[in-house]
Amino acid sequence: MSNARQEKIRNFCIIAHIDHGKSTLADRILETTGVLSEREMEKQVLDDMDLEKERGITIKSKAVRLSYRDEDGEEYILNLIDTPGHVDFAYEVSRSLAACEGAILVVDASQGIEAQTLANVYLALEHDLEIVPVINKIDLTSARPDWVKKEIEDVIGLVAEDAPLISAKNGIGIERVIEKIVSDIPSPDGDTDAPLRALIFDSFYDNYRGVIAYIRVKEGSLKVGDKIQMMATGKEFEVTDVGVFKRDLTPVRELRAGEVGYVAASIKNVRDTRVGDTITHVDRPAKEPLPGYRKVNPMVYSGIYPADGARYDELRDALDKLHINDASLTFEAETSVALGFGFRCGFLGLLHMDIVQERLEREYDLDLVTTAPSVIYKVVTNDGVEHDVSNPTNLPDPAEIEYMEEPIVNAQIMVPTEYVGAIMELCQERRGTYKDMEYMEETRVLLTYELPLNEIIYDFFDALKSRSRGYASFDYELIGYQESELVKLDILLNGEVVDALSLIVHQDKAYTRGRGIAEKLKELIPRQMFEIPIQAAIGNKIIARETIKALRKDVLAKCYGGDISRKKKLLEKQKEGKKRMRQVGSVEVPQEAFMSVLKFD
Amino acid sequence: MKKDILGLYIHFPFCRRKCLYCDFPSYSGKEALMDEYMAAVKAEIDQVKKLVVEREVDTIFCGGGTPTLFSGQKLEELLTYIKDSFSVSQKAEITIEANPETLDRQKLEILRRAGINRLSIGMQAGQDEHIKKLGRIHTVRDVERSVQWARDLGFKNINLDLMFGLPNQSLDEWMESLDMALGMDIEHLSTYGLILEEGTPFFNLQRQGHLNTPSEEVEREMYHRTGPYLQAKGYTQYEISNFAKPGMECRHNLIYWKNGDYIGIGGGAHSSLEGKRWSNYSDISKYMDSINDKGVGKEHGQTIPIEEQRFETIMMGLRLIEGISKLEFRERFGQPLEYYYRDAVEILKKKAMLEENENSIYLTPKGMDFQNQVLLYFMD
Repeated sequence: MSNARQEKIRNFCIIAHIDHGKSTLADRILETTGVLSEREMEKQVLDDMDLEKERGITIKSKAVRLSYRDEDGEEYILNLIDTPGHVDFAYEVSRSLAACEGAILVVDASQGIEAQTLANVYLALEHDLEIVPVINKIDLTSARPDWVKKEIEDVIGLVAEDAPLISAKNGIGIERVIEKIVSDIPSPDGDTDAPLRALIFDSFYDNYRGVIAYIRVKEGSLKVGDKIQMMATGKEFEVTDVGVFKRDLTPVRELRAGEVGYVAASIKNVRDTRVGDTITHVDRPAKEPLPGYRKVNPMVYSGIYPADGARYDELRDALDKLHINDASLTFEAETSVALGFGFRCGFLGLLHMDIVQERLEREYDLDLVTTAPSVIYKVVTNDGVEHDVSNPTNLPDPAEIEYMEEPIVNAQIMVPTEYVGAIMELCQERRGTYKDMEYMEETRVLLTYELPLNEIIYDFFDALKSRSRGYASFDYELIGYQESELVKLDILLNGEVVDALSLIVHQDKAYTRGRGIAEKLKELIPRQMFEIPIQAAIGNKIIARETIKALRKDVLAKCYGGDISRKKKLLEKQKEGKKRMRQVGSVEVPQEAFMSVLKFD
Repeated sequence: MKKDILGLYIHFPFCRRKCLYCDFPSYSGKEALMDEYMAAVKAEIDQVKKLVVEREVDTIFCGGGTPTLFSGQKLEELLTYIKDSFSVSQKAEITIEANPETLDRQKLEILRRAGINRLSIGMQAGQDEHIKKLGRIHTVRDVERSVQWARDLGFKNINLDLMFGLPNQSLDEWMESLDMALGMDIEHLSTYGLILEEGTPFFNLQRQGHLNTPSEEVEREMYHRTGPYLQAKGYTQYEISNFAKPGMECRHNLIYWKNGDYIGIGGGAHSSLEGKRWSNYSDISKYMDSINDKGVGKEHGQTIPIEEQRFETIMMGLRLIEGISKLEFRERFGQPLEYYYRDAVEILKKKAMLEENENSIYLTPKGMDFQNQVLLYFMD
């Protein structure tokens, strides 16, 4: 049962498919509750990294405390907890949801429910959240609110009859959303006098205070000076600061059961405040941690190398810095014959990988060469030992391999009926196993496939979009490992294996892949002063071959009437181009080649 | 202090018709501006001469465009004006570029009288059909007649321009073109491989797949055969694209290749003088407006840092078969060439693209084919 104080608190989040207007709605709510005046508002405060703004994706969750006075003059505290919108961050989303009692479900009035909407709704239901549907973008001429309402009722089974019809962009219906938050979402409970149990749902590193953890106090209370323990890691700290998020971090005397806020305790590393961990008191510890903690493991790996080998140390420093705020990024040094010194980095998924690469290039001004992404294969050798292999180069000799397993995901694809055939074909091509097909309504279908993860990294999403004219949406989760006939595909340039181009592929795909890569490399590698054979091979067996013809001349026949600068400009351009090249044995290979070998569809 | 030699270039951006491959500043149909243009050139001379009062002009080159689109009298007047404005050496090499359709015996006579002692005629091919396909409006016979008149009038230094790698041109036709030129017993031959420059009709035709240029293999074959063939006929190759009988090398162009000083006058002309470089507006009207407003035609200008001057000396010098003189380099830049470029020289020697002896560095035939690649090593 909630106490009187708890009855005035609402902890909620907003869930939506990408582009359905989550961030805009969050901004409007902040405005309406006076946390930000319109003038102060920089667009979409909750997404404060540039990259997030550009991509319209919330990467890290945050929380804001709002106050709201209803018609009867009752004062409420609303904690809006922002959640990442992408499947790569599913675990982080789940911890944010665990900090709430309710969720606003934003659905686009013309698009309706999408795969991500559904995935998020199921997650919210798993956490027993009260879901408040809201239909956004009703100002668009293509809006079909009644159809969307019906869809919400049919597909999700939620009552959508009185769902607020809003336009977050134009500030229509925002008050109504807030009223629904207060009336429909339950207040938190939890014994204030019980031993402390506080859930960490996010953290970031602050130069002055060390790590600041976002927490939801489930039981007990927490104040400055308390000695605390992280239940998963056992690490102990003394609290230096507790507070809530308003415009800034605002210190409070105490955080009690039901409240959302932050805690700082001179913590040096975000790894000590793991998302999902439970904070308790050293002196009076809780018996059990809160449920649901798990260590997050990377799913996708890729080699990242500095384009300029001399900048290796800078790359390491940049990764170190990103690491401080991103516990899910892993990296370790590796060496490639072709690319020199670099790092094998682990990511939660492809988006996470893209984001990290872009931040390295933008924020740290690094020029990178990236190898094709890989997954972790389980390789069992003849001696019965199991090895995790994420770099094809580290694959044991085929003669020593007993068998190999690859990660499998359960994928849900929502697609208009007219593209079902094309998408099923795509899933077949990607070695998918058909599981289920369900009509969401007359014109839309939810396809369920089991797919090998290595078939969907890199270009599956693009292929999905291009074969459905952008209409298909997609979500996946890892479900386990499966034995598979996998082989290492090597690429040889001028007779030498280029380690950074090696791939682990399914045996049935090796031939097509090999030929595709050879053709692609022929396009990408400029002609040089000698003929360059490109070969794809499995072991000693050559399965594809292309030839780059030798360049016959590279000279300007004429230098026009003393125009030296013109020729110099040409040379400078050529020099720039050369800088983007990697010397691999005797061959110069453009940096993009290492990544683009996976792009086919 | 004795200054190095100085070249003077005058640009004439007018043609009766623009060739289909040409991306040089030259225009047809603007003949109405020719008188005004000539006045602007003289006005520019009035200003520019102040920069070189203490220097002697060793070469004059009237280039285009088609300088000989102007009348003999106009050109004679201009040469007189130049001689009155600059201190022109008694032994100056004075060249004019000409296209056959603008030449007659009378004009050549005037040019000869005006002091022009070198004639450079655009021939381009030895077959009328190819000449026509380039968008040109003369025949092989016209070239021969022009050369004959020039000889009769006492021109002792004549160059012909030829091009290889033309659309539909066969190796045999190229060799035939060389023979046609040799038949005129000229002193100098320039043989340029066709370059398809962006913005030209040829470039667009090529992109659309309508231009049947020879394969790279055939094009190189044409080039590689040219040197030995001309050598056997008494012409020495002294630059990537240029051949001359002994002592008849083009002194003006040698100034460019030795990265020397030159002053360019007229629309689109480039100048390089004592570490400074500038270029004029190439649009005729803009050039003339600039002259009228400011007395100069300069659009861009810059001071070339010494390290860039060094590189440019390499870039231009390696076009010459004899290469770069170590002594001259050292005199100009204070340190031996090896001091700056040891690594590049060593790598390129290993790659058999460059050779050196006590006096100079120079490219091998392979290095000549890949001159741009060679230069990249000198750019660090």
